[in-house]
Amino acid sequence: MTELHSTVEIPGHSEPSFSTKIIWKTFWILLVITVVELGLAIFYYEFPTVVPKHFLNGVFLIGTLAKAFFIIAEFMHLRHEIRNLILSLAIPACLFIWFVIAFLWDGSSYRNLRNDYDRHHVEQSHTKVQPAKKPGEPD
Amino acid sequence: MSQAAIPAGAKWWSGGKSPYNVEYGKLMMWFFLMSDAFTFGAFLISYGTIRFSSNSWPNPNEVFRTFPGWKGEMPVPLAFVSLMTFILIMSSVTMVLAVANGHAGKRLEVAKWLGWTILGGIAFLSCQAWEWTHLHGEGAWWGRNPFMNIDGTQSSTNFTNFFFTITGFHGFHVFSGVIVNIIMLILVLRGTFDRRGHYLMIEKAGLYWHFVDLVWVFVFTCFYLL
Repeated sequence: MTELHSTVEIPGHSEPSFSTKIIWKTFWILLVITVVELGLAIFYYEFPTVVPKHFLNGVFLIGTLAKAFFIIAEFMHLRHEIRNLILSLAIPACLFIWFVIAFLWDGSSYRNLRNDYDRHHVEQSHTKVQPAKKPGEPD
Repeated sequence: MSQAAIPAGAKWWSGGKSPYNVEYGKLMMWFFLMSDAFTFGAFLISYGTIRFSSNSWPNPNEVFRTFPGWKGEMPVPLAFVSLMTFILIMSSVTMVLAVANGHAGKRLEVAKWLGWTILGGIAFLSCQAWEWTHLHGEGAWWGRNPFMNIDGTQSSTNFTNFFFTITGFHGFHVFSGVIVNIIMLILVLRGTFDRRGHYLMIEKAGLYWHFVDLVWVFVFTCFYLL
């Protein structure tokens, strides 16, 4: 089988070698980050006053980006490709930085505008409501 | 074969060879995934925009706290979605193992790990089907939102609309991935790749599958944690 494998040359293509050790290491990293994130989410749910949510959101975002890095670098094997390929994917991906900042900024600006000028909206966001009845629940 | 084969100072752009040092189909898979990333990015960022424009939003810890077979609400929230995340990460691992065995040309090992990947994908889809059914039973659907905001005010239908659209779009990707993997499994078992001499097709299917896992990481953060 290996003989057959080595006889075929694919033009202009390098076959990266995989190491099972790195695969499992990546798996454990991903699992630990996810478990820590969940732990923090549950901790915040039980004790909402101990840490501010904004701080936790920052931790969640860093964890998410770290997981994305490990999936792309190791599972999708991009870290082991040549620099031409890495940059051809990484540079366009930088558009996301603008994309996220611009649109979240827009959203928060719209919130401020509505809170300033839309009285119905402001009233709505100060009126408490009863929880909706589930379908089939008795009155 | 490996990276060591590339001579130092190789002129990649002088013509006559791929400047990316990968096979055409694999490069095109990368570029497809890039465009798909922007599609998902557009969905998730529009969700973020709407959330930033709202004064309050439903609490995911209140919404997602049921588990199949558990009567009523779980003592801890997010248990079920953690299981789904674990299943998807695990299926990503089995996929890399299939790709790695493809490099070594071990047909039956590839088939075994592909089989586990397909099972993981089906398990994930089943979990999602259960969750959608459960939420639908609670009265949630496109255009209907039974959940209150975290501060007790009336919530708009934005929450459910985005939730079902984005997890639905992701679930559709998982479904396509499972179909692709089943086709790959059939080809592996029929010995197509042995005749071809390489298992590059498994690698391309693998890239797609990891991408599905990658998107879930972001969906998980945006809907369940933030």
